[in-house]
Amino acid sequence: MSIQSCVTIINEWDIVAARQLGRNVAKELGFGTVDQARITTAISELARNIYLYAGKGQICIDKLNDAGKAGLRIHAADNGPGINDIRQVMEDGFSTSGGLGAGLPGVKRLMDDFHIESETGSGTQIKATKWLR
Amino acid sequence: MEFREMMESKYRELLENYIREQSEQALYAGQKFSRKSIEHKVSPEEIVSLHKSLLIEMYPEVPESILHSFDILLEVMIGYGLAYREHQSLRHQQEELRSEMEIAANVQQTLLGTKVPVIQGLDIGAISVPAKHMNGDYFHFVQDENNCISVAIADVIGKGIPAALCMSMIKYAMDSLPENRMEPSGILENLNRVVEQNVDPSMFITMFYGMFDPESDQFYYASAGHEPGFYYNAEKKEYRDLNARGLLLGVEKRTKYRQYQMEIHPGDMIVLMSDGVTECRTEEGFIERETLIDYIDKYIDLSAQEIVNNIFKELEKLQHFQLRDDFTLIILKRDV
Repeated sequence: MSIQSCVTIINEWDIVAARQLGRNVAKELGFGTVDQARITTAISELARNIYLYAGKGQICIDKLNDAGKAGLRIHAADNGPGINDIRQVMEDGFSTSGGLGAGLPGVKRLMDDFHIESETGSGTQIKATKWLR
Repeated sequence: MEFREMMESKYRELLENYIREQSEQALYAGQKFSRKSIEHKVSPEEIVSLHKSLLIEMYPEVPESILHSFDILLEVMIGYGLAYREHQSLRHQQEELRSEMEIAANVQQTLLGTKVPVIQGLDIGAISVPAKHMNGDYFHFVQDENNCISVAIADVIGKGIPAALCMSMIKYAMDSLPENRMEPSGILENLNRVVEQNVDPSMFITMFYGMFDPESDQFYYASAGHEPGFYYNAEKKEYRDLNARGLLLGVEKRTKYRQYQMEIHPGDMIVLMSDGVTECRTEEGFIERETLIDYIDKYIDLSAQEIVNNIFKELEKLQHFQLRDDFTLIILKRDV
């Protein structure tokens, strides 16, 4: 069961809108301030990747309810160039060494579950979930 | 998580103590707390959040504006927390790599090991020290049934793991050369074909190959672009470069190598080296070949092995114990 709302990412201001959406949902679900900040940081990171590398895409926030366990899922989708070597971008130090922020390993650390699918030429789909403890 | 459960009360105590009296002791307790919280992987944003909530509890009248300011601090600290965790994970990976490298270096030592032959009339000393874990220099001695002593010294352009892998191949190429006695030029021609066929075109190997025949006291040698060694004439107390022309191994399939020949008299020396010796860098630049000769002269009365050991120590000190390139030095000294 999930309820979804989305933000289209085209320019940098949309990153803020996506963060705001994520924070509202996180608050609603009862996440504490630290987890709210982690979720919004993860959203920022994913939205920035769309803005910088794909040009256009979407960030959707889902409320999850899995056997009584509540959670928030970020779904980042774009039809950009895709990622050639996923293993490489998931390596620590690959994106951070250029000062590009926390990178995908950072998103993975901030959230509880992390899934990525990407195909060169057809885009990237990332789903990252945080469960309410 | 014991620490996490008591973290809140512990931090509250720290805070209260320090607010009551701003003592160094209270601050020291804070430092100890941070060590513990790092140990238990508590992220900086959690501390900021704890600080804020304790402040609200202890001072209900604290202005809203102050409390809001903590949201910014928390947001900023998240980035630091992530950077710290990434650093930890990279450090762990580095630890793994280091131990893998140590194993690889041991394997290489076993693979490339060669015994310095002990024969009457010729005193031999050899030292080879890698700049990093793995050695891209290589030396090898062979004593055949006629008591001829062959010596090979080689250097891969480049250092570290790629160079070391390449050297292992050279070693096996040499082991599989035909048993019957071959001359230095023939051996280089053979190895050149192997390298040309098997090694990446961007990689080159230099090699000096020499053979001493104790029957005739003749030294035969050929070089594939290797750093020239020295010949020391004991009678004249003179050094001269052991020049030999030849293309690097692996450049051109059909390279021919010219062979040289000279007589070695009692007390004479042959000094062979890799460019890691002459490219020892000091503050004034590379050392001069004359500097090296001065060091050889300084220890000339010692045994060949003691000479090479002492020269290595001197040059190591000269470079403040930081080797930039693999270092190999061999001395053959005909007994007086």
